[in-house]
Amino acid sequence: MTEQHHVDYLLGLGDDALIYAQRLGEWLTHAPQIEEDMALGNVALDLVGQARALLTHAGEVEGADPVRDEDDLAMLRHEREFRNVQLVEQPRGDFAHEMARLLWFSTYQRELYTAVLTSTDETLAGVAAKAVKEVDYHRDHATQWVLRLGDGTQESHDRMQAALVAVHPYVAELGEDHDAARWAAEHRVGVLPSSLTDAVNAYVVGVLEQATLAMPDAPRWHARGGRAGVHSEVMGYLLAEMQHLHRSHPGASW
Amino acid sequence: MYGNDFGQPGATDSRAGAPPHPLNAAETPDYTDALAEYFDGLIEQDQRVEPRDAMPEAYRTTLIRQMAQHAHSEIIGMQPEANWITRAPSLRRKAILMAKVQDEAGHGLYLYSAAETLGVDRSELLDKLHSGRQKYSSIFNYPTLTWADAGAIGWLVDGAAIMNQVPLCRCSYGPYARAMIRVCKEESFHQRQGFEILWVLARGTKEQKAMAQDAANRWWWPALQMFGPPDTGEHASTGHTAQSMAWGIKRFSNDDLRQKFVDMTVPQAQKLGITLPDPDLAWNEERGHWDFGAIDWDEFWRVLKGDGPCNEQRIRTRVEAHDEGAWVREAADAYAAKQAARHEQGAVA
Ligand SMILES: [Fe+2]
Ligand SMILES: [Fe+2]
Repeated sequence: MTEQHHVDYLLGLGDDALIYAQRLGEWLTHAPQIEEDMALGNVALDLVGQARALLTHAGEVEGADPVRDEDDLAMLRHEREFRNVQLVEQPRGDFAHEMARLLWFSTYQRELYTAVLTSTDETLAGVAAKAVKEVDYHRDHATQWVLRLGDGTQESHDRMQAALVAVHPYVAELGEDHDAARWAAEHRVGVLPSSLTDAVNAYVVGVLEQATLAMPDAPRWHARGGRAGVHSEVMGYLLAEMQHLHRSHPGASW
Repeated sequence: MYGNDFGQPGATDSRAGAPPHPLNAAETPDYTDALAEYFDGLIEQDQRVEPRDAMPEAYRTTLIRQMAQHAHSEIIGMQPEANWITRAPSLRRKAILMAKVQDEAGHGLYLYSAAETLGVDRSELLDKLHSGRQKYSSIFNYPTLTWADAGAIGWLVDGAAIMNQVPLCRCSYGPYARAMIRVCKEESFHQRQGFEILWVLARGTKEQKAMAQDAANRWWWPALQMFGPPDTGEHASTGHTAQSMAWGIKRFSNDDLRQKFVDMTVPQAQKLGITLPDPDLAWNEERGHWDFGAIDWDEFWRVLKGDGPCNEQRIRTRVEAHDEGAWVREAADAYAAKQAARHEQGAVA
């Protein structure tokens, strides 16, 4: 019997990776230096890999007839069926914005994948075992840049601080519990996002301190609803771009 | 035409059946022999010029120009392909394309480093690219209009680049030769992936087949132009060919390389089921080569001089990325200086 919460939990993880990879892919040829085209490309590539494994598995657990594969799920779902947090769908900002986003997201992913290493869902545990090393590198990369920008020039410091403020309303959603996660935690498939928050915050606080940056004040509003398929207006455009070719040729192979 | 000194220019799917072998010049004995030589240090020591060796000034400047233009081609060449990353039709294709574009960035870096062994630095070379004083392969001044163009670039453009670059694996300048050995291996992979994209399209729906054919129509002639102007006749350039050959930088003439490329590629097009857009293409029993039609050298010179569909766009994109990144690079320098000062202070204390 299909457990929809299980499917939704996996989709949440997979969609985070997929949609962030989509945004990071936009950096290639626009990065501040060629090394960074490579590094951001590398992060995006790791995330596409995670997304493929997670979406494939979600399709198998769902067990539709016929089974939906990674491309059915990535290319043919509608906006309201995507379960990623709104942080990852936000448009590409300047390099400081990207590093602020990557710092929060990779830190979250690192705690998450570490926690699901012992998942009763062995496929998920396997994905996590590989991914945990990848996101460790992503977090380190973001950390190094936040240090350089925070403690670099006055301009980079100001830009990095402004970026942290701009990203802040999207951070809380990473730690928000939802029905699929509650089911996953109960069945030891996954964990409650809220259980990761302290560790995530502790790491980021440490980095900001060393980078001479301040943690922004609590924002007046924060994003919510991504796990239930409620996104920001930019999401439709992102999907239009990502899906249009695939959708233009129904049933074709690539 | 990366790998060609001239006012320039840069895992198989089971569904694809078995593409022909060799599919490109890096899969021929020319390349494997160069590889063997490379590991056989003797020849290398005897024949290669290394950074600290004395060398004629003109040899040095020729090499710098060629390596720089090659590096620029790798970097500018990222753009037409990156154009399809966000729209790739499947996640597998997205991943392959991202990896490819990333490889090209790596090639660029590797070549800039090789050029730096001759006493220039990357920022200087980038300035010359940005201000138009150094060129990149003119092939990248054409747009990628459909997904099939990602396939055609891999198959034809990477294929032609490899044809130019395999002989460079035995180039007289050691760092360049070694860079080429590494680069050719990855280019070979790219070429297979491009072929495979077209293979799948050519066996797909009516629209997909048409897309593949259209891409081949648009990329075939520019790909032949990648080998540079003809060796003789009214369109011949008074370029650097003879001198470069004497110095062991260049080993085959433009026309020889072009012919090798045509001979290798025509049977592949047949296998794909794609018609190359040249009514004069015919097997010449006597020569043992494929004859092909006249290349439009006026177009070649026009695009080279800046009047191509994407010349301005490519440089603008590059310059914008560079300018917008200036504050980031400055921050990294400032941070590194602060760190060094802190270490020094720590050491004194
Ligand atoms: Fe390359
Ligand atoms: Fe390539």
